Amino acid sequence: MSDVTGSPSGPRLYHRPMSFWWWLEKRAYFNFIIRELTCVFVGIFAVLTLFQIRALAIGPDAYAAFIDRLRTPGFILLNTIGLGAMLLHAVTWFKAVPTTMTVRLGETRVPGQVIAGLHYVGWIAVSAVVAWILLLR
Amino acid sequence: MAGYSCDVLIVGGGGAGLRAAIAAAEAKPNLNIAVVSKVYPMRSHTVAAEGGAAAVIKPGDSAEAHAYDTVSGADWLCDQDAVEAFVEEAPREMVQLEHWGCPWSRESDGSVAVRPFGGMKVKRTWYAADKTGFHMLHALFQTSLKYKAVTRFDEWFVTKLLVDDGRCFGVVAIELATGQVHSITAQAVILCTGGCGKVFSFTTNANIKNGDGMALAYRAGVPLKDMEFIQYHPTGLPATGILITEAARAEGGWLVNKDGYRYLQDYDLGQPEPQPVLRSMELGPRDRLSQAFIQEQQKGRTLEGPYGHYVHLDIRQVGEKVIDKKLPFVRELCMKYANLDPVKEMIPVRPVVHYMMGGVHTDINGATPLSGLYAAGEVACVSLNGANRLGSNSLTECLVFGARAGRAAAEFVEQAGPVGRSVEAQVRDEERRLHEDFLGRADGTERIATLRTEMQTTMEEGAGIYRTGATLDVAAETMAGLRRRARHLRLDDRSRTFNTELIAALELGYMLDLAEVILRSAALRTESRGAHQRTDYPDRDDERFLAHSLAQRATDGSAQIEYLPVTITKWPPGDRVYGR
Amino acid sequence: MAETIQLVVSRYRPEEESEPTFQTYDVPYNKDWVILDALNFVKDQLDGSLSFRWSCRMGVCGSCGMMVNGTPKLTCAIPLSDYVLSGPIRIEPLQFFPVVRDLIVDINSFLGKLSSVKPWIVRDDEKSPDEGEYLQTPAELDIYKPFSMCINCMLCYSACPVVGLEPDFVGPAAIALAQRYNLDSRDQGAAERMTVLDEHEGMWGCTFVGECTEVCPKNVDPAGAIQLYKMATATDWFKSVLLPWGSK
Repeated sequence: MSDVTGSPSGPRLYHRPMSFWWWLEKRAYFNFIIRELTCVFVGIFAVLTLFQIRALAIGPDAYAAFIDRLRTPGFILLNTIGLGAMLLHAVTWFKAVPTTMTVRLGETRVPGQVIAGLHYVGWIAVSAVVAWILLLR
Repeated sequence: MAGYSCDVLIVGGGGAGLRAAIAAAEAKPNLNIAVVSKVYPMRSHTVAAEGGAAAVIKPGDSAEAHAYDTVSGADWLCDQDAVEAFVEEAPREMVQLEHWGCPWSRESDGSVAVRPFGGMKVKRTWYAADKTGFHMLHALFQTSLKYKAVTRFDEWFVTKLLVDDGRCFGVVAIELATGQVHSITAQAVILCTGGCGKVFSFTTNANIKNGDGMALAYRAGVPLKDMEFIQYHPTGLPATGILITEAARAEGGWLVNKDGYRYLQDYDLGQPEPQPVLRSMELGPRDRLSQAFIQEQQKGRTLEGPYGHYVHLDIRQVGEKVIDKKLPFVRELCMKYANLDPVKEMIPVRPVVHYMMGGVHTDINGATPLSGLYAAGEVACVSLNGANRLGSNSLTECLVFGARAGRAAAEFVEQAGPVGRSVEAQVRDEERRLHEDFLGRADGTERIATLRTEMQTTMEEGAGIYRTGATLDVAAETMAGLRRRARHLRLDDRSRTFNTELIAALELGYMLDLAEVILRSAALRTESRGAHQRTDYPDRDDERFLAHSLAQRATDGSAQIEYLPVTITKWPPGDRVYGR
Repeated sequence: MAETIQLVVSRYRPEEESEPTFQTYDVPYNKDWVILDALNFVKDQLDGSLSFRWSCRMGVCGSCGMMVNGTPKLTCAIPLSDYVLSGPIRIEPLQFFPVVRDLIVDINSFLGKLSSVKPWIVRDDEKSPDEGEYLQTPAELDIYKPFSMCINCMLCYSACPVVGLEPDFVGPAAIALAQRYNLDSRDQGAAERMTVLDEHEGMWGCTFVGECTEVCPKNVDPAGAIQLYKMATATDWFKSVLLPWGSK
């Protein structure tokens, strides 16, 4: 590799330590950490769902007990925060997608907002279908 | 104090320097090539070039046509053997750079595109949007990383050439990061340090363009050629001197005075047409356009603002689509530094110091009269550009003559054999000089910036677009006074680690030497030719001055001027005709 | 109307002190100045010992990057007027790089990373220049063009927390440059570059904070380059696993 040869002693460099609280120093960094933490709540929800299915498999009493547990204030709080986190997770994901893909129609590039917008449309459509299935009597 | 050595040492890591390094490494792969530069290579001023680089590739064009445009553009002061070699080799060099990844703008069929440019009869200027120098430099720098034979000394400032017994055998340099003084011995040295625009106050040039290599060579006894020829680019932004590329005119821009009138038609440059006409009006040569501005100013037809007189460059008729495709950097610069959108408003511009036609005297292989010393690029005067350079020739010049010098130096190393000189004494002398004159001095009285500003203003006033014997004499006297005062510089910074004030002091020394040479050369050339216009001698005098001025430093330190006839091969001196 | 504006500048003189300190300068306020002009006023008139890098003053050489009020900026491209009402301007060397002196940082690690991604045209078969140029349509040029605009100013490295946390991370500009060559229709070296970039220190070290693109003065969009690279690499891997017979 052709790189710099300096003199053996070199200058006395000063290394600025990175603070443990680096993620609080800038709004963008804070937002990034929160975005990453939303994954934790996605994971928590997935685990809860697994336990719900397990209760269902055991029997109607176990299932009723499980649902009662979900009605306690602690779980309501957890799931409320979880819902917020999931929404944030989806929104930040949609915001990020256009950067990860370039779609071209002929020679022009499809604008990022269109790609993100189509994701929202898809989300609403799928949610509508799910809602219809759940509310079907 | 450590010593380093290599076979071929290149001073300067810009377009010419990097091309020379690659050429030397390819010509003789067993040699050690070193590039020493006071800045990291991607900071070299090649990066700021915008418009394009000329080479013949399209049908309907010929090497002969390119040569004639260059010779007439130079007002017949160039060496025609150099021009002929240049136009022959230019296309291959440019294609080679394309192979190395340079992102040239293209035609729809994928072939390289060309645009018109000033003083050229046929479209032959290759371009990468309007950031040609940037793309060329980065392509060269990134390609140079492939060659293991090339070692770089980044941010090392050369203070002196090592010369003994008529042979150059290396340099003394300060390693900026530590302040230590080192020697780098070499069997051949190639100067690629660029021009010296910072000798003037209003220039497109970056802070680093202080003529280092020219001064180093001059102090080592090498003659400087044609130093009186300084190119004023017609269109710089009035406050900062930032360059607005000639390509803006090539794509259809107009120069208009305060009445909105395309004034170039009054100066024997043709008749105004809505579309650009080659070798006519706004596509005339740069010296004639800059001179026209001064004459308009004298007639009271220019506008006056807080930063001096100016005219307007109107590119609104070029249209937003073409501007965004071919002049995006122009748009960006105007919005950022002139607070206007050239799609909707006219750009205030005025002539600005841009390029040195003159430089270190070399032959067509880049060899100077000092054995082992070569030069290429703006630092050198081959002479390719004579009394006035055509736009888009200098980027190609870096490639063609950078490669030639690289190959010639590599060949020389093979023939000439090693240099067995002791350098310790010379390095110790440099250390002592730096200490006594700068770092160790406590009784200095002059600030660097004060002297520098005075020097620049003096040059601007005394050696501008139009000069007289009187203005040149006054300037020379002021300059002599500044040189005396420069021996009493006061530095605030006496430390060693990255002392940029010391570097500024050394650069000032280089510039003061060159300013004296420029003034002396200009005073003795009693004719008007190309970019050197004497109102007291307004005509071209081929009988006495179809010759290069050669400035050499005498033992008393003054500049002695001699003349060297121009090499004519095919084109006897004629009239420069534009617009008809 | 402000007459002067205050600069609070980080100083570090290794021969005199063991760590950086701040020094305050009052400079005249000029509405046409950029921050670099104010720094040059300090150096020329007030304190010649202030060291900083600069060259072109027009935003193309990449020398003058510094932290301005905590954000990496090209000081030649930032008007002083942006700060005239918001108090003293704090100027520090680019973060996540070791300081050599005052506002000058050591960028040799960056240059090493740049070299490591093989930023040059790699071809199996080379054409002689005598045979003419490689053809490349305007559309093919557009694909890699933004990634070729990098001026190596390293503002993106100073904005990227991964660079700070993991010094071996190749970093935004170097990865974007690798992509520039990968996407260049003339290049055939994508596989070679993968050995450096398909690593934790390579593209996978990026967690898509996105600040690199935010601070880039040349709209290179290094974050975009890296995510595209990840997508392409992951897609290639899936294809090679799921459709091994179809791999090239």
